[in-house]
Amino acid sequence: MSDNDILVEVRDLKVHFPIKRGVLFDRVVGHVKAVDGVDLSIARGKTYGLVGESGCGKSTLGRALLQLTPPTAGEVSFDGVELTTLASGKLRNMRRRMQMIFQDPMSSLDPRQNVESILTEGLQTHGIGTDRTDRRRIIGETLDAVGLPRWALSRYPHEFSGGQRQRIGIARALVLGPELIVADEPVSALDVSIQAQVVNLLDELQDSLGLTYLVIAHDLAVVRHISDTVGVMYLGALVEEAPSDRLYTEPLHPYTRALMSAVPVPDPDVEDRRERILLAGDLPSPANPPSGCRFHTRCPWAQPTRCADERPVLRDIGVSRVACHWAEQIASGELRPHGVSAQIVRPEGEGDAPAVVSAPTEPGSYV
Amino acid sequence: MALLEVDDLSVTFARRGQRAVHAVDGVSFSVDAGEVVGLVGESGCGKSVTSLAIMGLLPKQPGLRVGGKAVFDGTDLLQLDDRSRRDIRGRDIAMIFQDPLSSLNPVIPIGLQVTEVLTRHRGMKGAAAAKEAAALLDRVGIPDPKRRLKEYPHQLSGGMRQRALIAMAVACQPRLLIADEPTTALDVTIQAQILELLKELVRDSGTALLMITHDLGVVAGMCDTVNVLYGGRVVETARRRPLFRQPRHPYTVGLLGSVPRLDAGRGEKLNPIPGSVRDLLPWPDGCAFAPRCARRIDECVGEPPQLVHTHDGRSYRCVNPEPVPGTVPAPREEEQA
Repeated sequence: MSDNDILVEVRDLKVHFPIKRGVLFDRVVGHVKAVDGVDLSIARGKTYGLVGESGCGKSTLGRALLQLTPPTAGEVSFDGVELTTLASGKLRNMRRRMQMIFQDPMSSLDPRQNVESILTEGLQTHGIGTDRTDRRRIIGETLDAVGLPRWALSRYPHEFSGGQRQRIGIARALVLGPELIVADEPVSALDVSIQAQVVNLLDELQDSLGLTYLVIAHDLAVVRHISDTVGVMYLGALVEEAPSDRLYTEPLHPYTRALMSAVPVPDPDVEDRRERILLAGDLPSPANPPSGCRFHTRCPWAQPTRCADERPVLRDIGVSRVACHWAEQIASGELRPHGVSAQIVRPEGEGDAPAVVSAPTEPGSYV
Repeated sequence: MALLEVDDLSVTFARRGQRAVHAVDGVSFSVDAGEVVGLVGESGCGKSVTSLAIMGLLPKQPGLRVGGKAVFDGTDLLQLDDRSRRDIRGRDIAMIFQDPLSSLNPVIPIGLQVTEVLTRHRGMKGAAAAKEAAALLDRVGIPDPKRRLKEYPHQLSGGMRQRALIAMAVACQPRLLIADEPTTALDVTIQAQILELLKELVRDSGTALLMITHDLGVVAGMCDTVNVLYGGRVVETARRRPLFRQPRHPYTVGLLGSVPRLDAGRGEKLNPIPGSVRDLLPWPDGCAFAPRCARRIDECVGEPPQLVHTHDGRSYRCVNPEPVPGTVPAPREEEQA
């Protein structure tokens, strides 16, 4: 793949949130390593899917990529431009080319703005369109593209159903003519029948406009359906990255295997036949991640000392990238899974973990 | 006889100056002992209101009307007074809710919340109750149960909270367990743990389970019989395999076509149902699904469709159902009967 085909390149990205304690003087007592060293690249016109369970850092990664949450370290280059060091004015201009779709359309749209005002705001900020009629034309075309009627313009968000609201959210992102769209859980707040409408819409828009997507979701089936490449995150790091078909037929990382086997499939025959890999216990706290391989505390294939001592790096195995010391041995069946006893995991900020996580700098950056 | 027989259950919320909302309209289904029955549908289809009505947990407000029958082991639950209902709740019928954090009391330790049930229904006290509570927590897979008894809900993770809630529900070995979206708030790996636990409990204790969910995948793996709800009515009832292999009601067909499957290839188009749940016909003239239905014919909008029972024990509420491949569609008159 030549450099020209890569739209977004992320190198060793880290986002650490300080944990503070104390009444008068905030002492930093630790860090929540939400994203801890992620490398990935997104090809132009393709969809990169990011999956993981809650708290794995997938949303933070998406926001850090758009510079909505300032990264602690690492580089993000968008179409050859380094974003992390860009001056704020220039960054603002770049923002036109990369937009975001949020999970909950009700809380991401201003309830006091009608649809026309929501859509015009971005156009005005970026100086797109010569006058009001020109802007109206652009907005009209966008509405057609997302399948909303023209009369929607004078309505307010609460007058729409969930699926239509999400279409407004998509139109808001689309109206600026972006190249990259980061969609954070775009369908998880919607009912199944509506979910499919939005998934199809995203697919159609990509075909007609040549958009590049970064889709962040916890639902593996949705991500697999719309992505070309899927990255699986666990505790702030990628554990596996593979073409989406490959990931399903041949998951290499133990966590991916467990995740795949846990997703219910709406087919009784498949459900009765499949073997479940049940993981013991809960996700460890990202403030105090396990040593070595982060997954070793729950991994049924974990081997003594190496998994606990040495953090595996992403390495190429075939077309996949996997962060596991024993991926080949597990795939060949040389290593057998063993029982794991559950360890107690405290919810954020409880028990032994530090007490207060500092307030996020932007609203919603912990969501 | 069935353990729970719900017959023509209807729930209406009326408000002054507004049209009454028929949340549940003539829902009938039954649950046999030891059976897992699913109530499936999207938001607003009346699945949760059905379960709350059975348990007598709907808020007592003016304008609420509950009609029909819900016969549990010979007693109509809807006719009971509060006192005798409380005797049954928790002992014979228990419920697990979606969000464990809001259904546990945040200022009372887990142990006390579990022993409360034991004291009320099994008359256990002090050390004996504490011992039994620890055994219950152990049974649902909470590590180090003795210490957990003294802890508060916020100190447990989401999965552990749901386990604690299940421990409370099974404390008296109820004959019927109602689970309202028990895994919706949880991550998939935790969901798999909880579903496995529920399966185990049903298998080991012969408890019947009424599973309320929107997730067809969960249904496919758990339920013996499935009731699909739309707009407050049961639109299709069938055993699990026939339902997934050969859905008859267009809504069930649409629902199955909308779900992205993990084992399907990239780029396979989904077949969503057009429109949204809000597209309702003026009640009750006709099928609630008609505005979104691809198989709509004139008869659909005239009057509410009747439940059609087929010879193989399934039923659907549709005048123009999906044809069974290889057979001649039955003449219309017969379906009207």
